[in-house]
Amino acid sequence: MTTAPAVHATGVYKSYGSHPVLHGIDLDIRPGTVFALLGPNGAGKTTLVRILSTLVPPDAGRIRIAGHDPATEPDAVRAAIGVTGQFSAVDGLLTGTENLRLMADLHHLPHDLGRLRARELLDRFDLSDAADRRAATYSGGMRRRLDLAMTLIGSPRLLFLDEPTTGLDPRSRRHLWNEVRELVAHGVTVLLTTQYLEEADQLAETVAVLDGGRIVAQGSPAHLKSLVPGGHIEARFTDPGDLDAASTALPDALPDPDSLTLQLSADGVPALRRMLSRLDEAGVAPVDVSTRRPDLDDVFLALTGGPHTRKVPQS
Amino acid sequence: MTVATHGPRPVGDSLTMLRRRLLHMRRYPSLTLMLIGQPIVLLVLFVNVFGATLGAGLAGPGAGRGEYLTYITPAILLMTISSVALATALGVATDMTEAIVTRFRTMAIARTSVLTGHVVAAFVQTAVALAVVVLVAVAMGFRTAAGPLGWLGAVGLLALVTVALTWFTVALGLAADTVESASNTPLFLVLLPFLGSGFVPTESMPVWLRWFAEYQPFTPMIDALRGLLGVAPSDGLATSSALAAGWCVVITVASYLWARRLYRTRAAR
Repeated sequence: MTTAPAVHATGVYKSYGSHPVLHGIDLDIRPGTVFALLGPNGAGKTTLVRILSTLVPPDAGRIRIAGHDPATEPDAVRAAIGVTGQFSAVDGLLTGTENLRLMADLHHLPHDLGRLRARELLDRFDLSDAADRRAATYSGGMRRRLDLAMTLIGSPRLLFLDEPTTGLDPRSRRHLWNEVRELVAHGVTVLLTTQYLEEADQLAETVAVLDGGRIVAQGSPAHLKSLVPGGHIEARFTDPGDLDAASTALPDALPDPDSLTLQLSADGVPALRRMLSRLDEAGVAPVDVSTRRPDLDDVFLALTGGPHTRKVPQS
Repeated sequence: MTVATHGPRPVGDSLTMLRRRLLHMRRYPSLTLMLIGQPIVLLVLFVNVFGATLGAGLAGPGAGRGEYLTYITPAILLMTISSVALATALGVATDMTEAIVTRFRTMAIARTSVLTGHVVAAFVQTAVALAVVVLVAVAMGFRTAAGPLGWLGAVGLLALVTVALTWFTVALGLAADTVESASNTPLFLVLLPFLGSGFVPTESMPVWLRWFAEYQPFTPMIDALRGLLGVAPSDGLATSSALAAGWCVVITVASYLWARRLYRTRAAR
């Protein structure tokens, strides 16, 4: 249909009173992709989602959602989006079926189609058995699933998922991830906010790290991982003498006498082989060797420490 | 793929929201029963405890409970309306704390349809409550000389009052910072009929209170209702009806605008 970005925002500012929440956010989200906003609590993730989903006006900035300006054409934006926030927006007094039919009616679906979709979604989200129970009696995971089903009944082209898996058990989390992949395969664009790095790594083509109301880094998960120092190999010993000997054999490695470990900044199998053969030559045998590659956790910690550590550390 | 037609539809969306509220009421019939029970308890209590003395005081020696029943039934009908309206304030305030209302705001639906749903559902609830209270009053011996036209006028007036008080309490529910204050603030609506011509003639009150009683909106409403039901002399009926209707229109319009504004600005919190 269109090659325009699903979300385009430049210079979005927002403050509550004298407390600035967003300091000039620029975003471009390509249609049919997952864009993850990664950040600690209070980074401004939810505020940004509230602004993009027409709930709150920004103080400044230019925004286009599916080509429409939320300030002047809010209903055109609302017609294109679906929002699932971190608090389940289900009607606790209504049953699962009634909740879905309510959404179908508000999306002005024809009566029969609405009923059909409600049944399909209950089935797809494993809620058929609980369909006639009040949503207030659902478990947390069930409420989240119903919440997402309610969002999907209107077939949104752009989906905002604000911390969709916070508080979910690992199985429900994987189930939701699969749903997101399925949606994206059908051309839906997803803006996901999360504090779980694994979630961003699993789902997103592009990750933006939000901290203190600014995007401090942006790129593919692989690109972000390349921003932090590489992985390392760690060898553990039982005897301080062995550690000394190993340290002499590998002068560029870092010994830690407290934990009796030797850390070598390197990764990959060749580096591991080289390390082990050097230790063999020195006649010391580690009790344990582990390798660790940088993950988004390292990126996250390196980028979001606070005002003084906001820069990517150079080493 | 999608067959949905987008864009708000004020009537359709409001009907959907009405269905939602009616489902809520059906889930909790005890609330509706309590709302209907309250004015009935007051009616039975007043007529049986104070009725003999107050009836005689109103209509002279020989009069009693029967006369007092006739005198206070219109006031009890208005209290029935306030009693349901109180629950509406609470219902709206509670609803606004629910995440689902936030969801509604991200959807392309008519903005105030959530509120209209509350108002129409409360109207239905009030109509049921009023019908039951009238039946109880009749069973207790309430008789009127009103013809079909009088009844029609009375029903019309009660409908106007219901719409006015319901929009008013919807606005109060939206204005409340907490659910607790939403349940406390509108309590004065139940007291107002006492501080008017509802239970005793205003002439019997001290001057300062009488001044308030004669000018507050419930007094012309009660007087007009008595006139329409033919339980009071019909001189002054035209004035009190016009005053009552005027109050209702003013309260409705002002409350609607206030509620709409509150609903819109609350979104920005």
